[in-house]
Amino acid sequence: MRAFIALISGTIFGLGLTIASMTNPAKVIGFLNIFGAWDPSLAFVMLGAILVSAPVIYIQKNKLKPLFADSFSLPALKEIDKNLVVGSLLFGVGWGLIGLCPGPAVASLVLLNSSSIIFIISMLFAFTLVQPFKK
Amino acid sequence: MTIINFTPVSAFIGGILIGLAVVIFYVGNGRIAGISGIVNNTIFAKTNRIDNFLFIIGLLLGPTIYKVFINPEISFVISSSIPLLVVAGFLVGFGTKIGSGCTSGHGVCGISRFSKRSIVATILFLGSGIITVYLIRIFA
Repeated sequence: MRAFIALISGTIFGLGLTIASMTNPAKVIGFLNIFGAWDPSLAFVMLGAILVSAPVIYIQKNKLKPLFADSFSLPALKEIDKNLVVGSLLFGVGWGLIGLCPGPAVASLVLLNSSSIIFIISMLFAFTLVQPFKK
Repeated sequence: MTIINFTPVSAFIGGILIGLAVVIFYVGNGRIAGISGIVNNTIFAKTNRIDNFLFIIGLLLGPTIYKVFINPEISFVISSSIPLLVVAGFLVGFGTKIGSGCTSGHGVCGISRFSKRSIVATILFLGSGIITVYLIRIFA
């Protein structure tokens, strides 16, 4: 059942990204171009998603375990540290350079565009490089 | 300020679906639908490997369903500069790994959990993304 849930969640996530045109880097750059000709769409995507997930997650707060797993796997870190700050700033720069973040980058592989493939290979290379230093 | 290409309805509907996916993964499997972590863990983590792999398969299945049943054309406009793609991919990989999340994990899931770390992360990557696009527009 857990495997099925993962497949269904991934599929709905990918469909949502595509319907919202978030798989299109130009659309994302249009959102980040707040000081130029601005496309506010991405804010509506985040708003729609949070309006659905926040209340449900809030209601689930006192539940001891999810439906099909033994426990919730939530991030252990609670404090704002240097890694979070530096990492998020660098991620934003990479995001702004091309207009791709991990979700849309993976989903756009369906389009067989060489640019997404190059982007993903480089992203995976970075994961591999940092892996030994991070638990 | 000029507003262009604004598609509020499809953006909102797509957002609702993403929220639904987050809810299913959380309520069903107790997990955060953060894509950078899921991709990373598919490669490096021994636990939940099948779930992570299937989530990614789903992420590819979603746009495929869209192509077949909704619209065969998915617009995709991206730079073809190889150095730029390599640098951007590297920064996204490096940044999300040490920062423990991306737009989905921090921006959607983390904010939905009212996580202080995720709210800070989202403000920071939105900020540096906006500044990056601004600088490119000025100098390029």
